[in-house]
Amino acid sequence: MTPFTTITAIAAPIDEPNVDTNQLCPTRFNKVPRGPAYARILFHDRRFNADGSEKEHILNAEPFNRAQIIVADRNWGSGSSRESAVYALYEFGIRCVIAPSFADIHLNNCYKNGLLPVVLDEAQCEALRKQLREHPGSTISVDLAAQTVTDAQGKTHGFDIHPVRKKCLLEGLDDIARTLQYKDAFDAFEAAYKKERAWLYA
Amino acid sequence: MNQTARSASPQTLVDKIWNRHVVVEDGGELLLHVDRAFIHEGASHAFDKLAEEGRSVARPKQVFAFADHYVPTTGRDKGVDGIANAEIRNMVLQLHANSAKHGITLFGIDDPRQGILHIVPPEQGITQPGLLICGADSHTATHGAFGCIAFGIGASEMMHVMATQAIWQRRQKSMRITIDGELGFGISPKDIILAIIAKIGVDGGTGHIVEYAGSTLRAMSMEGRMTVCNMSIEAGARAGMVAPDETTFSYLQGRPYAPKGAQWDEALAAWKQLPSDEGARYDREVALNAADIAPMVTWGTNPAQGGPVTGVVPNPREIKDAIIAQEVASAIEYQGLTPGMALCDIEVDKVFIGSCTNSRIEDIRAAAQVAKLGKAVVPAWIVPGSQLVKRQAEQEGLDTIFRNAGFEWREPGCSLCTAINGDQLRPGERCASTSNRNFKGRQGTGGRTHLVSPAMAAAAAIKGKLTDVRELLKNS
Repeated sequence: MTPFTTITAIAAPIDEPNVDTNQLCPTRFNKVPRGPAYARILFHDRRFNADGSEKEHILNAEPFNRAQIIVADRNWGSGSSRESAVYALYEFGIRCVIAPSFADIHLNNCYKNGLLPVVLDEAQCEALRKQLREHPGSTISVDLAAQTVTDAQGKTHGFDIHPVRKKCLLEGLDDIARTLQYKDAFDAFEAAYKKERAWLYA
Repeated sequence: MNQTARSASPQTLVDKIWNRHVVVEDGGELLLHVDRAFIHEGASHAFDKLAEEGRSVARPKQVFAFADHYVPTTGRDKGVDGIANAEIRNMVLQLHANSAKHGITLFGIDDPRQGILHIVPPEQGITQPGLLICGADSHTATHGAFGCIAFGIGASEMMHVMATQAIWQRRQKSMRITIDGELGFGISPKDIILAIIAKIGVDGGTGHIVEYAGSTLRAMSMEGRMTVCNMSIEAGARAGMVAPDETTFSYLQGRPYAPKGAQWDEALAAWKQLPSDEGARYDREVALNAADIAPMVTWGTNPAQGGPVTGVVPNPREIKDAIIAQEVASAIEYQGLTPGMALCDIEVDKVFIGSCTNSRIEDIRAAAQVAKLGKAVVPAWIVPGSQLVKRQAEQEGLDTIFRNAGFEWREPGCSLCTAINGDQLRPGERCASTSNRNFKGRQGTGGRTHLVSPAMAAAAAIKGKLTDVRELLKNS
């Protein structure tokens, strides 16, 4: 996993609550192997007509087509567990989504792919989106180590993140190495568990 | 975590199962033992990651694979060769190949037990009380109906589960949703869960595991409980569950993977300890009265955008919150509806009865009871959840009822719920559907979905529009 440390990039405002993963990646693209093709898949049916021509969409237009940060509304990423929704964001270039809340499964999928989900409150997100709409192309800086988001006017907002998720993102660690450190504990657990619930292993 | 203090105080069903699965705690995260993992063709990304890292499946006997998302619902006599689209065929073939390579138990396209990954494990007794189950699908909460913790995960986490048979989690908050009273005439478990979602919202359960309780749930069959738990994710909760009871135990007894002989008694004794202790506390409580629930129908593009069939399409101008008003306006525009129009005036082009929410035998029976009362005036599909459901329905003569009423009797799979096997709506087409999601484009690009119960869907097929099924049944 590519580490996430800091980023200063163009941010795109998406003024819509409950953006579901079917919008981020329409289901028929789930079978596409991970790779650059996912850049075009992000919001595909909102960005492209059936003939492949572009529709009017914020992520199709300069400067937002170069955005690496999205400022969204509440319950971002609801619905299906498809990780392809994160592949689409990532391959488009998005490294950080800032929202008042995230759907659980999508949130975990972001963490596991080096994409930083940042929770700020509704008022902060709304203010950021307003600023981005009024000044298209303005940048936002995110510093994971310091846990801060700084807007184009220099205003800084702190955010919370679980220390383990922070460490994994900063160092680009995946969980398997960490789990395997506990192999002895797992084996001991399993031996006792198998004895107690032998019917599961009959 | 102080285990002594924890066990001294009354525990919830969730606490008991969760605590028994903790392997270690590290930095505020818990490594949990996973009893069983369920995957489908979409796990291709997880297998790609395993291959990339050169890892194998740690406990293949505890992983079960189901061909469901990409299988066709007609022409199945030719098996996998019957899939005309090479990309779709390849998804099924890959699942078969990966299962064989890793020694995973496969319920493949030709298996006489084939079906949806949330229908087959309960039928086979693979789903049992007290387990921790991870599924490569957000509707894994279905299995919670048996009193187990079951939740959906993405490809990276599934790869981790397959490589280690464990998963890192943080403790979730608890919510109890209590539904008391007798269900009204013509009301089904689907109406209950749609009413719950409309009440608490699509993110009302985020960060929580829901326990459904109350006399309505106690009186409900396993099939009904599965329908309720299935849609927990549509309220943002990854897991929903019902405490196991005699209904659970008698459903399980004798199923192929259920414990047998002395082990049955041992398991039963353990399962009976699972229900929440008296006085156990929940972080949030919600209560509904079953008698207040009417047949539900969604008008919008998320599962909370719905109401009783007797209602009307809302008017965004009457909504004070600007963002919600905009969201409602956008949904109504996409759906091609007008504010204030009666929901039972909405004409449909198609009817779909199926999906992991509503394709069990009771769902098929409920639809058949209505199908008997007329003829379908629009294309109407019945897609049973599994080959077992299909055969059971055929033994009961339900397929004949459907055929005589002009409904199409198809082969098991996810079909028009997730619309990736080739079954899909055309742009602008409107469908009364027993599935779980009405997101924009969910049933095909530009397609429009109205979520309803099986009886309501069959009624829509007969009338060609959304209809209060109670009127039809009353006059029968």
